[in-house]
Parts: sequence; structure tokens; C-alpha cells
Amino acid sequence: MRHSNHGPVLTRMLGDTGSLIFVVVLIALTVAVPLCNVYLPEASALHVTDYTVALIGKYLTYALLAVAIDLIWGYCGILSLGHTAFFGLGGYAMGMYLMRQIGDRGVYGNPVLPDFMVFLDWEHLPWYWHGMDLFPFAMAMVVLVPGLLALVFGWLAFRSRVTGVYFAIITQAMTYALMLAFFRNEMGFGGNNGLTDFKDILGYELSADGIRNALFVASGVGLLLGFLIARFIVTSRLGRVLEAIRDAESRTRFTGYRVAYYKLWIFTVSAMLAGVAGALYVPQVGIINPSEFSPIASIEAVVWVAVGGRGTLYGAALGAGAVNFAKTWLTGAYPEIWPYALGILFVAVTLFLPKGIVGLVSQLRRRMRRKEPS
Amino acid sequence: MKNWTKHTLITRWIAPALLAAGGLGSAHAADANANADVECPIKVGVLHSLSGTMAISESTLKDTALMLIKQQNEKGGLLGCDLEPVVVDPASDWPLFAEKARQLLAQEKVDVVFGTWTSVSRKSVLPVFEELNGLLFYPVQYEGEESSRNIVYTGAAPNQQAIPAVNYLMNQVGIERWVLLGTDYVYPRTTNKILEQYLKDQGVADSDIMVNYTPFGHSDWQSIVSRVKAFGSMGKPTAVVSTINGDANVPFYKELANQQISAADIPVVAFSVGEQELSGIDTDPLLGHLAAWNYFQSIDTPANERFIENWHEYTGDDDRVTNDPMEATYIGFNLWVKAVKKAGTTDVDTVIDTLPGLKVDNLTGGTAELLPNHHITKPVYIGEITDNGQFSVVWETDEEIPGDAWSDFLPDSKKLKADWVELDCGHYNTETEECSGQMSDMAEDEE
Amino acid sequence: MRTCTPRGTTAAAVLALLAVLALAPCALAQNNGQNEGQNTDSNASEATPATSESPAPANDATVESGRDAQASDEPGDTAEAQAGADGESEPGADTGEDEDSTEYAATIAELADASYPEKRDILNRLVANPNAHTPELLTAFADNRLVVRESDQRVFVAAEERDETYVLRDPITFEAAGKAATRDFEPVRTNVGLRGSIESGQAQLRLQAEDAETRLAAVETMTEKLDDAAADALRAHRPEENDDAVLEAIDRALAINDLNTGDNAAKLAAVERLSGDFNQMVYNRLNNILLLIPEDTEDRDQAQLRAAVAAEVERIDWWRGVYDQLETLFFGLSLGSILVLAGIGLAITFGVMGVINMAHGELIMLGAYTAFVMQQLLPGHVGLALVLAVPAAFVVSGLVGILIERSIVQWLYGRPLETLLATFGVSLFLQQLVRTVFTPLNRSVSAPEWMSGQLHFNDMFALTENRLVIVAFSLAVFAALILVMNRTSLGLKVRAVSQNRDMARAMGIRTQRLDALTFGLGSGVAGIAGVALSQLTNVGPNLGQAYIIDSFMVVVFGGVGNLWGTLVGGLSLGVLTKFLEPHTGAVLAKILMLIFLILFIQQRPRGLFPQKGRAAEGS
Repeated sequence: MRHSNHGPVLTRMLGDTGSLIFVVVLIALTVAVPLCNVYLPEASALHVTDYTVALIGKYLTYALLAVAIDLIWGYCGILSLGHTAFFGLGGYAMGMYLMRQIGDRGVYGNPVLPDFMVFLDWEHLPWYWHGMDLFPFAMAMVVLVPGLLALVFGWLAFRSRVTGVYFAIITQAMTYALMLAFFRNEMGFGGNNGLTDFKDILGYELSADGIRNALFVASGVGLLLGFLIARFIVTSRLGRVLEAIRDAESRTRFTGYRVAYYKLWIFTVSAMLAGVAGALYVPQVGIINPSEFSPIASIEAVVWVAVGGRGTLYGAALGAGAVNFAKTWLTGAYPEIWPYALGILFVAVTLFLPKGIVGLVSQLRRRMRRKEPS
Repeated sequence: MKNWTKHTLITRWIAPALLAAGGLGSAHAADANANADVECPIKVGVLHSLSGTMAISESTLKDTALMLIKQQNEKGGLLGCDLEPVVVDPASDWPLFAEKARQLLAQEKVDVVFGTWTSVSRKSVLPVFEELNGLLFYPVQYEGEESSRNIVYTGAAPNQQAIPAVNYLMNQVGIERWVLLGTDYVYPRTTNKILEQYLKDQGVADSDIMVNYTPFGHSDWQSIVSRVKAFGSMGKPTAVVSTINGDANVPFYKELANQQISAADIPVVAFSVGEQELSGIDTDPLLGHLAAWNYFQSIDTPANERFIENWHEYTGDDDRVTNDPMEATYIGFNLWVKAVKKAGTTDVDTVIDTLPGLKVDNLTGGTAELLPNHHITKPVYIGEITDNGQFSVVWETDEEIPGDAWSDFLPDSKKLKADWVELDCGHYNTETEECSGQMSDMAEDEE
Repeated sequence: MRTCTPRGTTAAAVLALLAVLALAPCALAQNNGQNEGQNTDSNASEATPATSESPAPANDATVESGRDAQASDEPGDTAEAQAGADGESEPGADTGEDEDSTEYAATIAELADASYPEKRDILNRLVANPNAHTPELLTAFADNRLVVRESDQRVFVAAEERDETYVLRDPITFEAAGKAATRDFEPVRTNVGLRGSIESGQAQLRLQAEDAETRLAAVETMTEKLDDAAADALRAHRPEENDDAVLEAIDRALAINDLNTGDNAAKLAAVERLSGDFNQMVYNRLNNILLLIPEDTEDRDQAQLRAAVAAEVERIDWWRGVYDQLETLFFGLSLGSILVLAGIGLAITFGVMGVINMAHGELIMLGAYTAFVMQQLLPGHVGLALVLAVPAAFVVSGLVGILIERSIVQWLYGRPLETLLATFGVSLFLQQLVRTVFTPLNRSVSAPEWMSGQLHFNDMFALTENRLVIVAFSLAVFAALILVMNRTSLGLKVRAVSQNRDMARAMGIRTQRLDALTFGLGSGVAGIAGVALSQLTNVGPNLGQAYIIDSFMVVVFGGVGNLWGTLVGGLSLGVLTKFLEPHTGAVLAKILMLIFLILFIQQRPRGLFPQKGRAAEGS
């Protein structure tokens, strides 16, 4: 899996077969799905329905979250069980922008305050809502808020060498605290109902077909960029240091590397990626509410990575897609028994596919190769 | 179905490259006019959580809907077609509700959906139903402040549950001091806000009202119950108005029992505790505490008796209780059946236009009429908890009360009005005489 | 806290008592104080239907035919009793012997068609002019056993039988009056307020009882609901009273009444008489006096009264503060002991074995369901079932734990994070299994008598018994676990394996078998926790989810691998939360606790009691 550090950047990043295939497939998907949705007649076998576009678009944002998690877990050994906190914060930033776009079309017709604030007798827009009506500012917040939280949290944690299970548990505490905080109506984020009933984005109506496809393309591009950034990092010299930290933290420290800063940096980058994923997610599902912060959601996200294959990035993306597809399909087809299937899937993957779905492929390939000579 | 040729980013962006493929588009557009004739079987979507935290409440409504569909099929179906239920599990996951709603409407092409329970799940699917022009029957008491063309609200609005209950306590029990306890989300917040205003209008002093919110699933009630006890010991008759939701109720009532607060000391009237919730609690210590609903299993009418019999037969369990949201599902289902029969089609627009003004029998001996604001008329009953986990009615309204979408006790909603017959608007501002938000002709405007 | 006043010793005594009680929960005396009257009463009411099993067959026929007439009833009739028919009602079949009983019968007949205020009036008239069966009648009234026959608006006392029939009795003579179908009757509705009045009425009637204790209880009940009428009744009864205790209780009640209605001198006397009385009503009325008399009153008598009252109120306030703190402390300990119970099993599976067991919550849930099943198996023996549920839950959850260990976890040692994934799957599976077997609905687990009620210290301070039992129970579980770990060979081996697996194996320990046993032990303890939780919260498929995160927090806070850490950690988190809660509200308190935990871990990355030595370096 390791390749020379000295080649041109692109060869270095895509020198790995898996990554190359992933990028090609992703680009194809990003282009083909909207085209099949818009230009193929509904009767055509290849037609992609609006529903499917929104669905795959959602999977793509989940995949980006999974890539972000794999970046720290697979390559630096940092297990965060609170990554949906960053995802949720990015989502809320986007949600606030969308909320402000509603303007006076809310039910109470207040031009400034969102409906839930009118209803709770808020007189002024809270300070943190200011500026969120400007798209560039809101997009900056999508990245900066999760980044800042990660920076502060990581600085506290890594500086005092909180590692392993302890780190995992306090990230759970973090996302749990955020969930409780966002549930509070006094916070000014709509409480349990969260932010919903969005009307349009950048002046275009959200429910229009074109916008749905545009959001889909944006998610595809977002995932692609996120993946490339992650690949760039892990194939650089820095990536080697990260892996060294993962495999032997103390030894790396004794060699003279300032482990805490490396961890802090990668943790922050990962949080920002998760934030972007959240921002892309919200307009496609049409709601953001505190349950996104739930600790179980974070654990599920880690499960995607494990199912896909930890430490490969594309495996994580694949896992996110596969598990969520299974969930979508099973909750529709077998509403009564799907948790059994999902539960058994998780157990089976851990026991029989320790390297996830991606590992299965290479396992099979190895077996075939071994058979050929004999 | 919206026309694809609408000026969209994508089309402009990619169209030049794919002009050839564009020729196929016309076929697509021609398909847009949905055929109004009925296609057999008629598909009925059921959108209730079967797993996760809400499964406790919602899975019963799934069974209710399935039972009603089965009965209708035994009666020969509808318009000569069988009804086919399409059950999905949104797993108490709010974004998944939106996804599943889209699946039901766009993939399965169901004609009607019965589903959702929590406010947030309804809010989550609302844009989907409006976008895809579906029809949802919502069967749970809720906070009001909403009226969508695509949703029929068969549960109680606050004026059909909360206000009559408070009236009863004030006039019949002589309560002077009020504790409003709720879970921190929109339904309790709204209800308590309305009640606070209402109590103040009735001359209750600020210092005689205590409001407290707790998080979902709150399980440690020691301190709060102890505070309620202190608040209630100031010499004036005190009552608790509880909008505590779901899971938090059992530990709350257990703590009341622990601290030996009996209904004679401080009665608790709950808006979210029904027969089903009681079936999970040991009711002995709760005797005499109250609930306000539009239906109780104990109400003795032939229709109700039949319904309960059918329910026991359907579930194969004689101990399964019935409750208010089940009746609301029953009313909603019958309203829809009646509307479809009258309209002669399941086409959503036609059915929506046919629905207002229809009347069906409820289970307690009265009739439910669908009003132009998409809410229904309901009687209000106050029941006291009895030792067999049921309620005995201690008070009831003389007649059915019409559901009010926009409360008169909230300054910003007082001026709003919902009327889908005359005004064709869910939030019509009577001061500016303007309609904001969704209008039924919105979809056509786009074409 | 302030230095001790002479009364300060009470506080110490209370604390000491608390400790003693915590160790011997079952020996607790029931709180009989304020509810005694009620208890005797409901016993009596239970006895009534039992003795009335022999119905008079004569009336059956007529009643049955009445049912047929009723069967044609249409849904329109749900307006029910109170919308009511015309008030015309025949007096009872028994024609009265004298005028009194005729009037009595007429009064009862009025019940058929009365509003709540009217019913209260009727009640007062009955109590003022009772017959021998009035106490029974009131009991039946309070229990909603008075019914009205729809055909002739006649009132009966009814006991419902299984097959939708009533066994009827005459409300005046209490003679059996046959059986009838329930459909032909409307209940005489009561509500909370009315039942309160009935209760004072019953107490008033019991003032005439032979037994001094009954009279005492009656006076106490009347004091609880003291109004002018009650005070008058007490005053009237006082000259006849000869029992000292009852006299004293009456004087106290009259003094409390004087605080409101007496003249200045009477009020002053009452203040002195009631000094040191923590009754809430006394406190309210004292405060009321303070409100009524302006601070700078010219009147000397008024000023004197005000000073006396102010001193008394200040004293009560001080005690109130003390007891509030004590109560909060107890609330905290009780919350903490639940955290300990929930976390202690995890302290073994996660702390000692290093398995991130996400199914821990579901093992707790299984324990709670075991309690439910035991109660189903032993109907009528609530307490016994609960006690037996403890070992049963240990076995059930323990076996499930061993099954999980043998089938899944054993392949994953050394890969702790993958145990997370696999056990997360197990947790989904178990939740759904419970949904399939027990339905998604909550199940009801009853509380045994020795766990319901309060331990009453005084009018200001009482502790709930079930919380006391649970605190004691969690300490007992903890102690047992410590004994197992420190004093048994199993414990020795567990510790050996957790410290150095290879070395332990070299010493001849069968590590595989031991792993299974340890996991089973941790799981079994989780099951026991479930039995305790079944007394406090929902027994449903989501039970485990509610506790899993808290459990991990407690274990990590205390220090992984250290049972004492879990105990101290759980209790201190509980107490801290409860002291925060009054100031911040429940949600913010919890958020602050989580932030505190994060910051704490950053200060002490290995928890309160870090594991030392070689084992610590491995992880």
C-alpha cells in the first residue's frame, strides 16, 4: 500500500489501485446519476428517480464523514466516538443559512426571526445567528466551527496524552453534551425539532430537480475532494509520521516528534471534513436536529468504517454506502426484522472480515493468486 | 410530477453536451400528468417507527392501521380494489422519516399515508408531502400552530385537550396553584405557553405557576418531585399539568408514588399518558391521577366495544389496550375511505378537496367532522386512573370541540387562520389579509 | 454549616440512623404516620366485597330482563350520567322506620343526579347525620362502588364480578340486593376533590370510634385537611375526649386553626404551643401572619406577636435549609448508587477484561425483564418474586454473557475496538429480540410493599424507602463483588490474568475458561442492576440504551480496572449532579457534569484511581 514519496503528487495519491478505482467510480457516479435522472425517460431501465438521487446524495455525505473518521482512526489510531458532533455542527451552520433564506415566508411572516424564535418570544436574533444569511460566511462557519471545537478539544486531550479508550469515551461525552445542549430550546437552535422546512438555497428552490442534482454533484465533488485531501495527507511524509504514532506512539515521541501537535492537526482536519459532510447532508435531507449528535450515531459511523475496511479511506466510503444501503433496503423490505440482520452483519464482519469488505477483496485475490501457481 | 425543463442549474450546465439525449425528454414530460383513474391495488403507506425509542408508542398504530386495512378488504375493499398496506420502518430516526416518506410517495406511489407520531417526525416529512403532493393522516395530539394542505390532523389541538383539562381542574376541583411540567420540546413548550396565558387570563398570579422542563427520557425525578411537593404545600390546592413525554413518565410516576404524593394531595393531569403507557406501570399508587383525552377505552359505547373486540381478535391478545391515537387513526382512516368513495378516485388533489366537511362516527358516540383547517371536531374527556390500568371518566364536554390550528392564546398566532376551502391557505394573516407559505395552487404555478 | 444548636444533635442522629437503615432495609418499619387511617380503611373496603359473595337470587330475574331492554341502546347515550336524566327519583325500597332514616335515604337518592359541589353537600349531610353503615357507604363511595340503576335512578353499592355483573347491596342497610349486569348501571362519579372530602368525612365519623388509636389517626387526617368545619367538629368533640394523646392532637389542630382565625392572644399562644412543629401548614400560616402585620406596626401586641412569629419562622427556615441539604445529599447518593449499579458490571467486563461491551446496557435490560417474568410466574408474591429475580437475573444475564464471550468476544481479545463493533451488533440483536418476545411496549414491574412508602423522620424530612433499599442494595452488590475479587480463587485468577495473561497461563490458569467466567460475572452483575432499575424506570427495549453511556462515564471517571474507583466515581457524580440541579436545572446539570468529566480526564487521563504497575502500560 505504501508508495514512493517522491513521485508527482497525483501518481503518489492515486498509485494505489483501490484508490484509483474509487476515484474513477466516484467521478462516473457523480456525472452519471444526474444525467440519468434528467435525460433518461422514466420508463427506461437506467432512469434514476428523484428519490434515488436524494438517497445516493445522502450516502455520499455519509461517505465523506466515514473518510474523515478513517483519516484519524485508520491512520493515526485516534478513535473518536463523537465525530457526528462535527458533522452536526457543520449541518447546523448550513441549516442556519437555509433558515435565514426563508425570510418572511415563514408561517408568522417575520422577516428576520425564524418561526421557532417568534414562537418562543425571542425579540432579537441571537448574536451567533448574525451573518448566517450570507452564504460565504455560513460556509466559512461550516468549516471553522467544527475545526475550532476540534482544536480546543484536541489540544486539551492530546496535550495531556489522553489516548485509546479514554479518548473514545470523552468524545462520547462531548457529543452527548452537545446533543443535550442543542435539545435545549433556550439555545436558539430550535430544540428537538431542530431546523427544518427550508425553502431555497442561493435563491433557487430546494425542491427543484435541478437543485437536487446540483446538491448531488456537490456531494460527489465534496467527497472526491475530501478523499483526495485525505490521500494527499496520508501519502505525504506527514502521513508516515501519523502511522508511526498509530503503531508506536511512545517510540515516535522519543524519536523527537511532537506527537500531540501531529494528532491535533489531523484531528482538526478530520473535524472540518466532517463539518463539510454535515453541511452537504442537511439540504438533501431537509432537516437537522439534535439527534444527529447522539452518541449512538457516532458509533454507527465508526461501524461503517470498520465494515468497509479501516485504514484504506475508500473502504470507509464504501462501508458507509454499504451499511446505509442495507439499512434503507431492510427498513423498507423487512421492517420487523431488520435490526437482527444489521446486528448479525456487524458481528459477522468483525469475526470473519477483520479488514472489512475491502479486506475481503484482497483476501480473495490473494487466494486466487496462491491457487494459480499450484 | 414537475416538468424537467424548468430552468435548472444542471440542465443549463450539461444540456449542450447532451443535446442528442435531450430528445428523450419529451416522453418524460408527457408522463407527468398522473392518470386519475384508480389503479388496483390501492396502496396505503404506514409510516410508524417499529424500532428505536418511539417503537413503544408507534408500533401499536402500525397494527391499528393494518387491522383497519384488513377489515376494509374484508368488506370488499374500496372502489372495487383491494387495499395494500406498505409498511416501512423509519426507526425513530427523524431524517430517515423524510427519506421513508419520499420512498413511499415517489417509489411506492402510495395513495395515502398514515403515520408519524412526534412533532419532529411530522415536521421532517412535511416538506416531502408538500413537494410530492402526498396525503398524510397524523393521529396524535400535538401543539397546533400548523396547517398543511397535505396533512389531516386527527389528533387533538391544544384547545381540544389542554384547555378543557385546566378548566375542569379549576372549576370542578378548585385548583389554585399550577405546576406545568414538560419534556423540553415543542409540544410541551407550546401547550405550556398557551396554558400560562390562559391561566393568567383567568386571574392566576405569576407566583402560583411553576414551569419546569426536563430532557427526553429523564429518569431521575427525585429533586423535581420534591420541589413540586414543596410548591404544593403552600396551603393552596395545587395540580400538576404534565406534558412529560413517553419514557420519562414511568420514572416520574414511580417517584410520585415513592414520595407518597397521592392524587388527593396534588393531582397530576397528563396529556401524554394513556392506556398504553399505563400498561407499563404498576397503577396502584397512581389511582385518581388524571389524563385528558378525546377517547378512553373504558367509554362504554357499542362502537367502542366492537372496536376493542376487533383489536383483541386481530392482535390475538385480550390484554392489549386501546388508546386515543388509535381512535384518531380509526377516524382518519374512515374519513379517507369516505372521501375516496365520494370522490370516486384516490387522486390526492381530489381527495383533499373532498375531505373538508365530511363526517364520520367516532368511537365514543359522537361524530368527527373534518374542518376546513384540516383538523377535526372532538369531544374531550377527563379520566381518573383506576386500578385496572384504565381511566374512569369524571368529566366530559357537552359537545364536540372544533380543533383550532392557530391558538388564540399566542400573540403571533392569534391573527392567523387556516382554511383550505375558502381561502386555500394554511396560515392566512387576517390583519394583512395575506397568505404566507404553502398554497394549494403552488404546484400548478410552477408548471 | 452553622455550629450546632442543641437541636443540631438531631441532624447527627439522623445521619447515624441513615447509615443503620441503609444496612438493614428489610427491617424498616413502615411509614404509618399520616396514612394509617387510610390504610385501615382500604383494608376494610377490601373485606367488604369478600364477605358479600352470597347474592340473593330472588332479584336476578328482574335485573336480567332490565339488561335486554338496555341492549337496544344506541351510541347517542354517551352524554352519560351527569348530563343526566330528570332528577326525579324514587326513594329506596325500604320504607323508613322513622323520619331520620327517610331523610337519610332521600339524601342518598339525590346522589343519582348531582354535580360535584352538590355531591360534596350531600356528603356533609350524611356525615352530620350518620347511620351504622355510613362508614361503609363512604368507603364504597370513595372506591367508586356506588352505582345508579338507569331504569329507576336508584342508588346501590356494587361489587363488580368478572363476568360483567355487579353484586348489589342496599346503600342504607347494606343488605344484599341481588346481582345485575353492569351495563344497566351508571357509576356515581367521584373526583379527586370529592374523595378528599370523603376522606375527611370518614375521619370525622371515626372520631366516635371506641379505639383511641383510630381516633388519633382521625384527628391527624382532619388536621391534614383542616378547615373551619373540621375545626368545629374537633372543638365539639374535645369535651368528650379522654385519651391524652388524642387530646394533645386535638389541641395542636385547634392551635393551627387559631393561627388563622384566632385573636391576637390566641395566635400568640398558638405560636408558643406550636414552637418546634415542622408541619408545613404551621409554617404557611406563620408566614401568613408575617405578611398580614406590617413590620413597623404601632400596636404593641401586634409587634410582640410578629416578633415571636418571625423568630419561629427563622428557626424553621434554618432547619429547612439543613434538611434540604440532607435531602439533596440523599438524592445524590441514590442517583449515584444507580450509576454504580449500572457501571459495576462494566467495570469488570470493560475495566478488568478490556472489552468495550456495548451490549452491557442490554444485559441490564435482560435483568429487568427477568424481574418482570418472575413476577408473572409468581402472581401475588410481588416481593418474593423480586427477591428471587436477583439470582435469576444473575444467571440469565450471566449465561447470555458467557454465550457472547464464547461465540464472539473470545476471538477478539487484544483488539478492544473491534469488540465495540461486534458487541454493538449484539446490542441491536438483543433489543430486537426483546421486542419480538415481549413486544415493544413497556412492561409493568410492581413494587413490593417494603419498597413503597417513606421513612418519615419528621414533617420536614422523609426518605423514600425504595431509594434506601436501592442504595443499600448497590452497596451490598459492590461488597459482594469486592469479596469475590479479593477473597476467592476466582478473583485471584481474574486479577492475575488481567495483569499478565501469559504469565498466568504459565502458572496453570485455564485462561479461556476464566475469561468466560469473568465475562459471565460482569454480565450477571449487570443483570442484577436491571432488577434494581426495574423498580425505578421503564422496563422496555430501550432500557439499556439509557444507561450505557453513563456506565462508561462512571467507569472511566473512576479509573479503568478499579472497582473502588467505580464506587467513588459513581457516587460522587451522582451527588455532584444533584447539588447542581437546583441551580441549573436538570439538563444543564447533566451538560456541566459531562464537561466536568471531559476536563477531569484531561487532568487525570487515567481516572480517579489509575491502575498502577505493569498492567497499566499495556493499554
